[in-house]
Amino acid sequence: MRGTVAALVRKDLRLELRAFESVPAMLMFSVSTFVLFRFGLDRSSLEGDLAAGVLWVTLLLAAVLGMNRLFVAEREQGGFDGFLMAPVDRTALFVSKALVLLGFLLVVELAAVPAFVLLLLQPGAGQALPELLAVLALADVGIAVVGTLIGALGVQTRARDLIIPLMALPLLVPVAIAAAEATAPLFAAGGAEAFPARWLVVLALYDGVFGLLAYAVFDFLLEE
Amino acid sequence: MAITAPATSAPAVALEGVGRAYGERVALRAVSFALPPGATVAVFGANGAGKTTLLRILAGLLRPHAGRAAVLGAELPREAWRARGRVGLLAHEPLLYRDLTVRENLRFHARLHGVDPARVQALCDQVGLHARADDPVRTLSRGMTQRAAICRAVLHEPELLLLDEPLANLDPGGALAVAPLIGREAGPARVLISHDAEQGLAEADWVLGLRGGRQALWAPAAQVELADVRGLYA
Repeated sequence: MRGTVAALVRKDLRLELRAFESVPAMLMFSVSTFVLFRFGLDRSSLEGDLAAGVLWVTLLLAAVLGMNRLFVAEREQGGFDGFLMAPVDRTALFVSKALVLLGFLLVVELAAVPAFVLLLLQPGAGQALPELLAVLALADVGIAVVGTLIGALGVQTRARDLIIPLMALPLLVPVAIAAAEATAPLFAAGGAEAFPARWLVVLALYDGVFGLLAYAVFDFLLEE
Repeated sequence: MAITAPATSAPAVALEGVGRAYGERVALRAVSFALPPGATVAVFGANGAGKTTLLRILAGLLRPHAGRAAVLGAELPREAWRARGRVGLLAHEPLLYRDLTVRENLRFHARLHGVDPARVQALCDQVGLHARADDPVRTLSRGMTQRAAICRAVLHEPELLLLDEPLANLDPGGALAVAPLIGREAGPARVLISHDAEQGLAEADWVLGLRGGRQALWAPAAQVELADVRGLYA
């Protein structure tokens, strides 16, 4: 299966590099939203719960843009048909798409998180980089797994732009809660407070449960 | 309209009372035939007669809602996995990614089917695509796109070819170039959808006629007159 996953990931990355349909849109959305929050809240800096909430709501909504586009080439250019007729494990498509969405999220965050720090974070806050990276990584895995599942389901419908966020966002509420709770102390005024590691466990459990669920049902989603 | 059982082993295609509906609209109703290995059936019928639905069922992309369907000895959909990689589909859509080059598309499909990448170059040369193999598919003419789609359909040397108007958009040179790949001499059994009655009859061993989703004709090609085929479009 590894070779098939590699071929699928290579193909998706090539398509993104040629068309630039997902990552630039996700990034532009994130930065624009941070700017809107800065002026909408009429505050030059945020800290604690509010800062964490703004960061994670923005990243989740940006991720939805990626989910919406994830299976479009398969649907509109016959990729599903070509793949379904090949003698390969269908789970390879799930794994590859989740990896691609995870990659898109990481690239977006590489630019969006520094933009958030510059635009919205109080000077001195956000010093606990390793902890923040751990939260981002675990939350991104959950978003990628659920996003791939919902993306595959939603792309079969005519109203995918509506269906995907309507289905994905409620499922991602636990990620938003856990990630925001884990991040808030890192953005505390006057420097990072004690890091609540239990929320990392919650994120890891979420990733595991939805990973297994997606693995079990993805085959059925590909059936007409 | 009885099923013609072949004298040889498992037929390439065996359908018994196959039907398919989209919601309340019945697209295909009680289609039954058996196609011997290596034989060609030409499928005729007006637009909306159910030809594409039939092809997608045989490709394992649609489930039949009624009857029994088997492709290369594999019962559909229960054993569809046994037929995967043994069927080639040339549909209306080329099933190629528009932003990838011809070579990238074919290499991608070669990887999925476990085919030696060297075959990609050989096929491009054979159909006259060598000069455009590194161009994105979206920049190709319809004829060139059709040549690339044919390469994709035969890349893995399928035992059954499902061809929906395979010569559409091809110039005479293109049709000549692809003949060894998808023509009678190519070897695999073929289900050939055509609106060209003369050419379809010349290519076929059997003829299937569909009208409004129903099987209106199943006979050896030698016994079918042009008028019979044209009657399906009346």
